[in-house]
Amino acid sequence: MFYREAGQFKTTYAADMAIFPLREDRIGLAVIIVCAYALVFTGNSFLLQAVMIPFLVFSLAAIGLNLLTGYTGLLSLGTGAFMGVGAYACYKLTTAFPGLNIIICILASGLFSAAIGVLFGLPSLRIKGFYLAVATLAAQFFLQWCFIRVPWLVNYNVSGAIEAPLRTLFGVPIVGATATPETRYLVVLTLVIGLTWVASNIVHGRIGRAWMAVRDMDIAAELIGIRLLRTKLLAFAVSSYYCGVAGALLVFLWYGGAEYDVFNINQSFFILFMVIIGGLGSLIGSFMGAALIFILPIILGMVMPAILSPFGIGITAATVEHLRFMIVGALIIFFLIVEPHGLARLWQIGKQKLRVWPFPY
Amino acid sequence: MDMLYNVLIDPFVMMGSAPDLLIQTLWEGLVAGVLYALIALGFVLIFKASGVFNFAQGIMVVFAALTLVGLHEMGVPALLALILTIGVMFILAVTVERVVLRPLVNQPDIILFMATFGLTYFLIGFGELIFGGNPKQMIAQELYLPQGSTDLDLFGGLVRFQHIDIAAAVIASLIIAVLAVFFSKTRIGRALRAVADSHKAALSVGISLGQIWVIVWFAAGIVALVAGIMWGARSDVSFALQIVALKALPVLILGGFTSIPGAIVGGLIIGVSEKLGEFYWGGLVGGGIETWLAYIIALLFLLYRPQGLFGERIIERI
Amino acid sequence: MRPFENPVIPQRETLLAVENVSLAFGGVKALTDVSFDIRKGEIRAIIGPNGAGKTSMLNCINGFYHPTHGSITFKGEKRRRMRPSAAARGGIARTFQNVALFKGMSTLDNIMTGRSLKMHKGFFWQMLRYGPALKEEAGHRRVVEDIIDFLEIQHIRRTPVGKLPYGLQKRVELGRALAMEPELLLLDEPMAGMNLEEKEDMSRFILDVNQHFGTTIALIEHDMGVVMDLSDRVVVLEYGRKIADGTPQEVKRDEKVVAAYLGVAH
Repeated sequence: MFYREAGQFKTTYAADMAIFPLREDRIGLAVIIVCAYALVFTGNSFLLQAVMIPFLVFSLAAIGLNLLTGYTGLLSLGTGAFMGVGAYACYKLTTAFPGLNIIICILASGLFSAAIGVLFGLPSLRIKGFYLAVATLAAQFFLQWCFIRVPWLVNYNVSGAIEAPLRTLFGVPIVGATATPETRYLVVLTLVIGLTWVASNIVHGRIGRAWMAVRDMDIAAELIGIRLLRTKLLAFAVSSYYCGVAGALLVFLWYGGAEYDVFNINQSFFILFMVIIGGLGSLIGSFMGAALIFILPIILGMVMPAILSPFGIGITAATVEHLRFMIVGALIIFFLIVEPHGLARLWQIGKQKLRVWPFPY
Repeated sequence: MDMLYNVLIDPFVMMGSAPDLLIQTLWEGLVAGVLYALIALGFVLIFKASGVFNFAQGIMVVFAALTLVGLHEMGVPALLALILTIGVMFILAVTVERVVLRPLVNQPDIILFMATFGLTYFLIGFGELIFGGNPKQMIAQELYLPQGSTDLDLFGGLVRFQHIDIAAAVIASLIIAVLAVFFSKTRIGRALRAVADSHKAALSVGISLGQIWVIVWFAAGIVALVAGIMWGARSDVSFALQIVALKALPVLILGGFTSIPGAIVGGLIIGVSEKLGEFYWGGLVGGGIETWLAYIIALLFLLYRPQGLFGERIIERI
Repeated sequence: MRPFENPVIPQRETLLAVENVSLAFGGVKALTDVSFDIRKGEIRAIIGPNGAGKTSMLNCINGFYHPTHGSITFKGEKRRRMRPSAAARGGIARTFQNVALFKGMSTLDNIMTGRSLKMHKGFFWQMLRYGPALKEEAGHRRVVEDIIDFLEIQHIRRTPVGKLPYGLQKRVELGRALAMEPELLLLDEPMAGMNLEEKEDMSRFILDVNQHFGTTIALIEHDMGVVMDLSDRVVVLEYGRKIADGTPQEVKRDEKVVAAYLGVAH
């Protein structure tokens, strides 16, 4: 009723194959994008700096992992490390070539992460499932060790930390201490939208189908002529590229600086949770998962003390952190039981309900 | 050339010239290996009986140790605290079966695997909420675990054997022996093996899946408790241990997910090669290679033999 | 769907020849010294009791298993080892005993995946999904829609195949194999578990594929009625050995075959 597909005819295959074939979807998407850009005018820098920028960064990382785990079926526990590769590569690039446009640096840093991803993806031809997950742990711990032990990566900085230098775009500072949350938000938003569009194109075409074929039945995929190693490595490369760019964004446009510990195994797990809760094999689910896992604790942190203080129970930041772990853990189990396909499936079901409303079927 | 010498020759010269150091390192590696094996054993128990790859096993080790120490801190006598902790592990097993496993029966393995991630995070949050996040001292003395050490004069040098390490090795061997007997000789053991082969077939001959799962999770909980006590006695009890507990994963890869002897051999190999690697080669690259060496070893091994040390060769069918 | 060129080949040259193929897993011998040929344009049945090595034979032909001895000649090219993807490029497609569809994907996507080998636009165009990539995609979509029409599965175009009943899954799988425009189509028990009506449909599809497109077909089937009606020639395996080879009538009268199926009177 609200969501009507009747009367929308397609006369070409190209139109039928569009990613959003329904007019309602296209309008909805346009509204969301406009609203996202309009947030800049609220002038609420807490909202932009502490909620929206990290949400978008994590969404991008979740998309990256989803391409690998959700679409290609290769479980990775090394996301954090691949993000780290992007961040350190970006740092090296922008300090080695100070004149190079920072956007180019960020986009190029993903390439380094992609190369490392391919390297650690090589075993995936012979190793499957849990075994592969452990293999990616090797990447996680080895790369994190490199971040600590290779001083070249931090330009022999004594603190061992990387820091975002001042960089401008069209004369406006977008990276560094003087960049306002508004400009940084705009940059992040634009990059994330662009990269999401590309990801969506890839998964809807030949490459995406090959990935899903490998995920669903790798033997059959091979027998219809899909080369397994090439397909899996491409998935590793693209996935790591996204994670790497997300890592670079995280350091340069959100934190402003970082140490190796930002890219530890817990980071990997949290991205994985976003993907699971959002929905394996769904791009929109990656956004939803990131929203839930990242924004929920912020709300908790604000709401919990307010609820508990009338009862005379003081609540510390540490307690909120512990509760966050518990709730995230419980949510994962809850979602796996209720809807293993995550928020994305609930979204689909909701759309279906709207389509047939007011009738149940 | 220099580098090659440092990598290929110098460490062995060192081993030869100071055998006491080598033995000390080997011993430390073996002890660490025994503890890895104990953690891995918990994984194997659960995997064998339910096909669930229990990622939370590492956290169960920490959780059990933390409960024990936490209860003691609240004024419960040590032995009573031990019994209560066993009780807590039983409650945990029952809860996991009811809340996690039962609703997820017949789901793909990967879903169950992810559910244990959820369990991991829940237990971390829960443990820290109740017992606090600070590192604690293990109550080794109160549990009558031996203290001190013996120095043996070997090859012209003193080699130090911590009594607690010896105790750990003995207790671990006992547990493994008990489990081996339990699996092969008892009725429940047979049922366990049946469930491991096929859930449906086991159900059809009247084996209660729920009961079996509670039993294995409880057994894994006890193994976790023992591992937690032993590990806690060597360092502190804190959630930092979970990173160490993750090392059980490469052990499993070496040994195969379903083999108890595999877990033991794998644990010893990883423990020893890690200590040797760190002691003799770690310095060349700035040290700290213990954090990843086990994983790289497992990875290289997998490339050579994807089914593990004791696994059977996989023939793919279609 | 446009028929392939030369639907009728008069002289019936050999398309594929299996020569002295043996296959062993450790000590277990799945195939022992099997030789037979498949001629262009024919329907060749492979039959035999359970465990006779029929599926292993197909696995050898499309490169999934590598024979321990012997060779396979396909289109005049002789080889011992071949990767499955190379077999697919060479024009061998197959369906599976236990349906091996991509369960998470729709019918349309499953069949489109069968076109993978024919799509050549690279990563750059795929990223943009514009211009040449979109044009290529639409072109292949047209072919896939023809196949969907041919198999009469229009109504399940967008259904995830995991949700389809078994008979339809088998049909989608055939569609995916057809999308590869194969020269040799291997069908592993295409009618297992089907009811009479579904079997009749499937038989008609197989005959149509063979006659309209001139596709050579090798099929494994347990239903003797179907085998005798459909196939031009039959090869019979038992315990990994070939025990008979010939037209359905010849094979039916063969003593060894009768013994294998009905048991020998002692």
